Amino acid sequence: MKAKVEAKNIFKIFGDDPKSAQNMLEEGRSKEEIFEATGLTIGVQDASFAVQQGEIFVIMGLSGSGKSTLVRMINGLIAPTSGEMLVDGTDIANCSPQQMREIRRTKVAMVFQHFALFPHKTVGENAAYGLKIKGMGAAERRERALAALEQVGLRAHADSYPDELSGGMQQRVGLARGLAAEPEVLLMDEPFSALDPLIRSDMQEELLELQRSMKKTIIFITHDLDEALTLGDRIAIMHNGAIVQIGTAEEIVDKPADDYVAAFTKDIDRSRVFTAQSVLSPAEAIDLSKDTAASAIERMEQLNRDAIYVLDGDRIAGTVTYRDLTASMRDNGAALSDAIIADYPTTKSTTPLHELYPLCESGLPIAIVGRKGRLEGIVEPQAVLAKVASDSDEAA
Amino acid sequence: MRPSDLLTIPLDDWVNSFVRDWLVPNFRPFFRSLQWPITQVLNALDGLLNATPMIVLTAVLAFIAWRTAGRSVAIFTIIALVFIDMIGQWPETMTTLSMVVTAVLFCTVLGVPLGIIAAGSDRFQAVLRPILDIMQTIPSFVYLVPIVMLFGVGMVPGIIATIIFALPPIIRLTNLGIRNVRHDLIEAANAFGSTRWQTLWEVQLPLAMRTIMAGLNQTLMLALSMVVIAALIGAGGLGLTVYTGLGRLDVGNAMAGGIGIVLIAIILDRITQALGEARQMRRTSLLQTLRSMISTAGPGKQTTERAG
Repeated sequence: MKAKVEAKNIFKIFGDDPKSAQNMLEEGRSKEEIFEATGLTIGVQDASFAVQQGEIFVIMGLSGSGKSTLVRMINGLIAPTSGEMLVDGTDIANCSPQQMREIRRTKVAMVFQHFALFPHKTVGENAAYGLKIKGMGAAERRERALAALEQVGLRAHADSYPDELSGGMQQRVGLARGLAAEPEVLLMDEPFSALDPLIRSDMQEELLELQRSMKKTIIFITHDLDEALTLGDRIAIMHNGAIVQIGTAEEIVDKPADDYVAAFTKDIDRSRVFTAQSVLSPAEAIDLSKDTAASAIERMEQLNRDAIYVLDGDRIAGTVTYRDLTASMRDNGAALSDAIIADYPTTKSTTPLHELYPLCESGLPIAIVGRKGRLEGIVEPQAVLAKVASDSDEAA
Repeated sequence: MRPSDLLTIPLDDWVNSFVRDWLVPNFRPFFRSLQWPITQVLNALDGLLNATPMIVLTAVLAFIAWRTAGRSVAIFTIIALVFIDMIGQWPETMTTLSMVVTAVLFCTVLGVPLGIIAAGSDRFQAVLRPILDIMQTIPSFVYLVPIVMLFGVGMVPGIIATIIFALPPIIRLTNLGIRNVRHDLIEAANAFGSTRWQTLWEVQLPLAMRTIMAGLNQTLMLALSMVVIAALIGAGGLGLTVYTGLGRLDVGNAMAGGIGIVLIAIILDRITQALGEARQMRRTSLLQTLRSMISTAGPGKQTTERAG
């Protein structure tokens, strides 16, 4: 599959003589050494990544890591010193100004950290800015701007001015301005950093909600790892201008590429990153028609489990526990079907672990149910705790 | 022992020969032709103002003052203009008004583009800045003589002297206003694919408008302060009244002219200042400004609506 946005060995060196700094980089000198020797600042060094159509790709790094510089090279606001930045196969660095404008008008829109709304224009005019620049007629662009504002829930405020809105609302206008031009790629440069934490998480939810219907290619910049893990289909972590790791949230938390990433991921809430899938065990279910209480006990002893699921054909009949079965066996040979607990905990494989906590209370294994109610596997309550706890023990 | 014992620089001779022997013989026709557009505008304005009955013009000015600066300024305008008429200075005031408006018009036409260029180019700004400093600090009497030699005497040379004196603020403040537009807004405009013209027109000029209007206000005030000096080289109007009053020790007449200048200055100052207020920052297109001037809502009403 062809990447929507692809960076190939991008370097950005700020200063007069970038070649010398690049040579020093190739000799393996560090950013600080080069700055001391030449006074040149390395913005981005050797960054490569590929973003697929419809993906949320998060670039995460602290300030000065080069993430804002990198994202501005995608729409040509900053030209790379060397390397290729391909958007749909077109190299941004070698575009004519006309081509560049065309790409910015039709393909790549941007949302800014401090909103960058035009204070002299109404919310509606702000949302319509990209369309006006393209030369669209007043009536049509108003209609499309209102549709974009509708998406972010601000249609009613179209005739207000930005300074009359709260921060969260202003950034929604920023988002609507980006969406109104119907770009294929949306660049978001720390869009939620200037917002209060509560509003920030609302906006994250809303962005994910919008993305479910829009399926845009989103490149999202943040310095907040939690935000990166919440939003990102894949995450690139930058340090000192270089990308140190690219992977899904689980990959990054589970297998940090180096100490820098590990230090970051140490304090995050693992139960929000990992899903039930990560602690899934095979169900090893027994069949109501074939098995008896005795064979069920035998099976559990074999697997060393306290409970096991019972299937009735394809349907889940329920679960039986070792204790119940052995008790009823002593009371003289009750049938397997009498011991079945029908009120068993169940969830989907995509559920984050923190939502499994209440389900763990019963002590029963949690049934992971797939489409058509099929049993995909089980999650043992202990496994949830073990996963959440595992690496923080090592780090301590 | 002084430096002048060793070497004296005949600067005055050099300037004399530069102006008299080179500039005037070679460029006089060129400078004369520069007068043409100014003459046209001045004559049109002067004709219009003098042909309009006093009552009508007062009403128009009061209406503009009411729409832009509010009721009290409008009332002041009516009283001031009636007073000017009563002290017998009406025709002179109209001449001065047309002179000043012409000068300010040309200052705007020259100054705003120069300010825009200066905002876009540090090098141009570096060249422009000392020239503006000289224009503002050199005593105007110094360039009155060469102006007379190149342009002759009369209203138009007076306006040219006024333009030289009054031009710097609007250039400076246009430059400042555009440079002070927030960088991230320019970046946003670029990110959506604006051309330089679109960025200028859609973002930079509207956001700089308040500062530019402050520059216009200063330019206008400087132009008014030149009317008496312009009278020295043959410009008419209130300046001439003051100047002749001075020559004949006619204190009363000089005072009448002076009061006329002051009253006109106050009216124009209040109107242009009001144009630069926050409300205008949003209504920047000429059409919108005009529309807001004729719409039924007074200027105060919109701001209170917004606050509430």
